[in-house]
Amino acid sequence: MQQIINFVIRNKTFLLFLLLFGISLALTIQSHSYHKSKYINSANFLTGGIYESANSVSDYFNLKTQNTILVEENKQLKSLLYNKENTQSNWVLDSSNSNGRFKFKTAKVLKNSYASSKNYLNINKGEKDSIQQDFGVISSKGIIGIIDNTSRNYARVLSILNTKSQINAQLKSTNHIGSLIWNAKSSEYVQLTDISKFAPVKVGDTIVTGGQSSIFPQGILIGSIDTFELDISGDTYTVNVKLFNDMTNIGHVYVIENLDTEEIKSLETDTNE
Amino acid sequence: MNNINFNIILQFFALILIQVLVLNNINFLGYINPYIYILFIILYPVKNNRLLFIFLSFTLGLFVDIFSDSGGVHAASAVTLAFIRPPVLKFSFGMIYEHQTIKFSNTEFGNRLIYFTIMVVIHHLILFSLEVFNISNIILILKKTLFSSIFTILLCVLISVLFSKNQR
Repeated sequence: MQQIINFVIRNKTFLLFLLLFGISLALTIQSHSYHKSKYINSANFLTGGIYESANSVSDYFNLKTQNTILVEENKQLKSLLYNKENTQSNWVLDSSNSNGRFKFKTAKVLKNSYASSKNYLNINKGEKDSIQQDFGVISSKGIIGIIDNTSRNYARVLSILNTKSQINAQLKSTNHIGSLIWNAKSSEYVQLTDISKFAPVKVGDTIVTGGQSSIFPQGILIGSIDTFELDISGDTYTVNVKLFNDMTNIGHVYVIENLDTEEIKSLETDTNE
Repeated sequence: MNNINFNIILQFFALILIQVLVLNNINFLGYINPYIYILFIILYPVKNNRLLFIFLSFTLGLFVDIFSDSGGVHAASAVTLAFIRPPVLKFSFGMIYEHQTIKFSNTEFGNRLIYFTIMVVIHHLILFSLEVFNISNIILILKKTLFSSIFTILLCVLISVLFSKNQR
C-alpha cells in the first residue's frame, strides 16, 4: 500500500497529464463518432451570450450585402407569386390558414465556421422559440444544415460542411436519389454519392433535397453538378456538387419544422418491429 | 506575487476571447488560422507548480473547444504541450534553464525563436491530427500544420516582442 501511494506521489504530474489527456481524447472521439455530442458544445448561455454580443457589433459591417440578398429573394418570390398560372384575384395572405406540413422560423447566425473538418453554426433561437433537434436549416439560396443541439436561447447547427453530415438529395430532373456528404476539401463543394449509374447525370444539372428525409421539404436547392465519375465498383456515380450558397457568408437563415415528423417516425418504428 | 497572478488570469481570459472572437474567423486562404492562445502555455512563468500549470492548460484548451465546437482537440494538444514543456525549455535554452533563472525577455532572440517553433509545431501537429482523425489524410494534416504554424509563430513572436518591451 505504502508503495502504491509513493508511486502515485512520485508520478503525480504524469498521472494528472494522463487523466486530462484521456478526458480530452474521450471528448474528441465522442465528437467524431456520435451524431450528437452532448457535453461540449457552443449552444450554452455563456458562449452563446458572448457570441451574441460580438455579433451585435459585427452585424453592421455586412448590412449592405444582407440587404441585397433580401431584395434578391423578394424579387424571386414576387415573380413566383405573380407568374402563377391561375392567379387568384383575391389573394389573401393569412398565416393562420397555412395548411402546409412545414413551418418556417427566422433566425440569425451568430457564429459560422467553415475551415475545420467539423463545422457548426450557432443561431440565436432555441428551445424558447420551440426549436428542437433535427429541424432543417436553409437560407434563401439553399440548404445550410440540421439543428443538432439546443439550449434555452441558442441552437447549434450541424453544417453540411461537416464530415458527419449526411443528407438525402436527388437530381432535379429525375428522381434518382443519393446521399450528400462532404470530403472536407473545399467549402464550395460537397459530394453526392450513391447515384445510380442509370441516372442521366449531366454537368450543370441542379441537385435538390430529396423527399425521403422527414427533415427537409422536397426540392430545396443545394447546388449544381460540377464534375462526376463512376465509382470503383462501377455501379454508382460520385458527383461533385458546387453549392449555390456561399457558406462563408451567411446572415439570416430559416429553420424548418416538419409538423408530420412524429407521424412519419412512429410509422417507421412500427414497420421496423 | 499577487500582481503576477492577476496578470496570468487576465492573460488567460484575454487570449481565449481574442482566439475565439477574432482569430478563429481569419481563415486565410480558406483554412489557415493562427492559434495564439498557446502563448499562455509558452510564456507561463518557469518556476511554477506543475500540477496547477497542467490543469490550467487543460482548462484553457477546453474553453477554446467549447467555443469552437471541436470536441476535445484543443484540450488534448494544450495539455500535452504543458506536459512536455520542461524538456523543450531545456533543449532550447540549455544552461540558463538549469539554473532556473530564465526570464523570457532576457533570453537571446535565436533561442526564443527555436523554443517557439518547437512548441508551436508540436501543438499544431497534435491538434490537426486529432481534428482530421484520419491517417489517410496525412498530407492534409501536414499542410495545415505547416501553414498554420508559420502564421502562429509569426504572431507569437510579434506579440511577445510588443508586450515585453517595457520590462527590459
